[in-house]
Amino acid sequence: MRGLIIGVCVLFSIIFIVSCDSVMPASLEEDQLLDGPVSGLTGAEHRQFLLGDAAFNTEIFTGQSGLGPVFVATSCGSCHAGDGKGHPFTTLTRFGQSDASGNKFLAQGGPQLQHRALPGYSGERLPDGASSSRFVAPINTGLGFMELVSDVDLLAMADPEDIDGDGISGIVNWNTIPSYVKVADGAVSHEGKYITRFGKKASVYNLLQQTANAYNQDIGITSSFEPVDVYSHLEVDPEISTQTINNVVFYLQTLKAPIQRSTEREEVIKGKDLFVGISCEKCHKQTLRTGNSHIAALANKEFHPYSDLLLHDMGSQLDDGYTEGTAKTYEWRTAPLWGLGLSPNSQGGSYYLLHDGRAHSIEEAILWHGGEAASSRQSYEQLSDADKELLITFLKSL
Amino acid sequence: MKYILVACCCLGLMHVSIAQVDSSLFRRIPRDTSFGKSMNMDAVYNRPFLSVGKVPVATGGYVESDYTYSTMDGISEGHTFRIPRLTLFIASSLHRKIKFLTEVEFEDGGKEVSIEFASLDFMFHPLVNFRGGIVMNPIGAFNQNHDGPKWEFVERPVAMTQMLPATWSNVGFGLFGKKYSSSWAFGYELYLTNGFDESIITNTRNRTYLPAAKNSPERFMESSNGQPLVTGKVALQKKSIGEVGISYMGGVYNKFQDDGLVLDEKRRVDVVAVDFNTTIPVWKTRIIGEWAWVHVNVPLSYGPQYGHRQYGGFIDVVQPVKSGTIFGFSRSVLNAACRIEYGDWNVGKFEETGTTIGDCFYAVVPAVSFRPTPQTVIRVNYRREWSRDIINNPSSRTAIIQLGISSYF
Ligand code: HEC
Ligand code: HEC
Repeated sequence: MRGLIIGVCVLFSIIFIVSCDSVMPASLEEDQLLDGPVSGLTGAEHRQFLLGDAAFNTEIFTGQSGLGPVFVATSCGSCHAGDGKGHPFTTLTRFGQSDASGNKFLAQGGPQLQHRALPGYSGERLPDGASSSRFVAPINTGLGFMELVSDVDLLAMADPEDIDGDGISGIVNWNTIPSYVKVADGAVSHEGKYITRFGKKASVYNLLQQTANAYNQDIGITSSFEPVDVYSHLEVDPEISTQTINNVVFYLQTLKAPIQRSTEREEVIKGKDLFVGISCEKCHKQTLRTGNSHIAALANKEFHPYSDLLLHDMGSQLDDGYTEGTAKTYEWRTAPLWGLGLSPNSQGGSYYLLHDGRAHSIEEAILWHGGEAASSRQSYEQLSDADKELLITFLKSL
Repeated sequence: MKYILVACCCLGLMHVSIAQVDSSLFRRIPRDTSFGKSMNMDAVYNRPFLSVGKVPVATGGYVESDYTYSTMDGISEGHTFRIPRLTLFIASSLHRKIKFLTEVEFEDGGKEVSIEFASLDFMFHPLVNFRGGIVMNPIGAFNQNHDGPKWEFVERPVAMTQMLPATWSNVGFGLFGKKYSSSWAFGYELYLTNGFDESIITNTRNRTYLPAAKNSPERFMESSNGQPLVTGKVALQKKSIGEVGISYMGGVYNKFQDDGLVLDEKRRVDVVAVDFNTTIPVWKTRIIGEWAWVHVNVPLSYGPQYGHRQYGGFIDVVQPVKSGTIFGFSRSVLNAACRIEYGDWNVGKFEETGTTIGDCFYAVVPAVSFRPTPQTVIRVNYRREWSRDIINNPSSRTAIIQLGISSYF
């Protein structure tokens, strides 16, 4: 009888713990997660979002499904874990271009190094004499909003001659675009080139180009858009369907923007004032606007990327000698700061900031700022420790 | 004469429905009166079989079915009912020294049918038995002793099924034997079989994953590379203490040549496992554990995604809290149990950062099981699992409630 009682007690205690909430793990707060759609999508749009989500996060490529044979990683999600910034183990290397005259190393595997290879193959080596730069994967959120900022708005923010005399110019990258990319309504062109905005050098026109390129250059997967195999340099059959690429593009377009946390906290509000006060916001623009879109949830909306999507001279310390499009080697697109505080959740508990992940804290990232950002950095250095703390607290709330 | 197979089939000394090991019995096959506590290696024969009259064919099987409710980081897919497996076995004695046994498994409601075991055993001497056909590679103990009704847990131990990878059987030949005295037993097994293939490091799990090799449709017809997999085990059992086993499995897994042309260097997979089980006499507490280490030669240029080293295991503690007549079942037992398991799919550090590679999990599974008869179990499990991705980002937390039934028939 005693045993029966013990057994029944154990059973009931299990049922009890099970029914209590802490035992069924609660979901993370919405503002802790980067993955998830913008609000206001229709049911049909949710379906396509989920298809893209699966292709982006769970579809792993293998030798059988077309991986490589040379590649950098086996899936989009390997580099953009939870749609957040990437870890240095998936850092990629681009090489072979030093100025607007284009990439001189295309025949030697440029512009991207596929240093990993399927068993039995060898990965690529950086050719002698090629300039190069290393890129750690950026956060992948709110991209649909960024895609919809009009060229006219970008040009209005740019100030190539620094007419307002604040020491901060900001320019657009003019680049050639592949024939499969459909130009947006109202796009501005100049000598056959268009304003490009994605990537650390702002050298990619839109999310379709970025996606087709990523499949091809990062994973070694050919598509109807990018049919040339990175290993053989020959056109081969598509290894992914056009529909899957479209789903992934839709997924990227409709990923929500990161939600700022602790917006009411006094430190955060004060930190934000300092951020504006010492001119960080001149490049890390708080608010941009989208134009028209066939996705109603994205059309004509304000959003807060903390970036102007323009290129800035960041000084000699951030000059790797490599570039894309018409950007100079020392020019970088203002890194969007939204989601900055959540970086450690996707970078294995650490910060790996700036284009190559060299900065291991937010402060370190600020201290690397030079060129157009030099005076803003100096203003930061002159802040009291308490004010620095407030500024960082604000940045972590993003 | 102490026929080894008869010994295998005899009742365990302490079979009395503490379960998870020797709960099951041959019903019609004569018992050996000598010390014959069966070892893990005997598990394929140590099952309840039914035979009719004097026909030398015996048959049996088991079924498992469960209900699952799981939540991962607060997101639940709701309620699921499953029938993960139904297994049939047929054994026959062709001669007093020649036995045949086969085990056919219908997985996931019949979606997959596989022959898990089909071997002919010839006994030349208790220490020298020859076995050929589809054999169960003797790596660890769970692989040999995996029947659902023997366990108090709905899920099989993750490290043993996803690292080792139980149930893992292959076509091959080998020897086994057993020697015992009144208080000791020693057993060994040594087989050459077909082995793994490259899918263990190129699969959609995005990690080194030995079970991927089970998907190859050709593996029962030809070796992936012409290199045999060697599997060997020795086990020692002391009456009233328990059994320990140490086992090894290794071979070349990749297709290093084709048509006489060299494709790659030979790359090996090597696995070592230890297992033990014991019963604490006073409380009749049953403790069962197993741990395995996997080493795979992964090409360096392939990157760190597919690990070179893995390890993991589990420990089960099963405490009978009441035995005797419960609800009118005269030989029933009520157990409280707990499993702790751990697995690291990718042991090592990232070259780029010097930080530890994640891709690991641990889980705690408290359970209650009721055995109305030794061959039948109703079990309730609560599983709490913490797992980390390769980068070691904050763990995802999973909780699973399971109610399962499993029985020999
Ligand atoms: C090897 C790691 C890696 C893989 C795999 C990868 N990415 Fe990226 N991703 C990066 C890096 C690094 C960048 C920055 C590239 C640049 O600046 O040009 C980037 C940039 C992007 C951007 C632009 C973000 C921005 O703010 O401009 C998008 C969109 C993107 N990736 C989508 C994808 C998709 C879709 C896939 C899968 C098809 C994918 N990525 C696979 C590393 C990766
Ligand atoms: C002249 C324009 C400019 C100004 C002014 C500027 N930044 Fe930046 N910031 C950039 C650019 C461009 C990058 C990206 C550099 C790179 O990728 O190497 C960047 C990167 C960063 C990063 C790293 C983000 C990441 O995801 O890696 C942080 C943090 C940052 N800035 C904070 C600040 C703060 C704080 C200030 C004010 C003290 C400031 N920035 C002022 C242009 C600017």
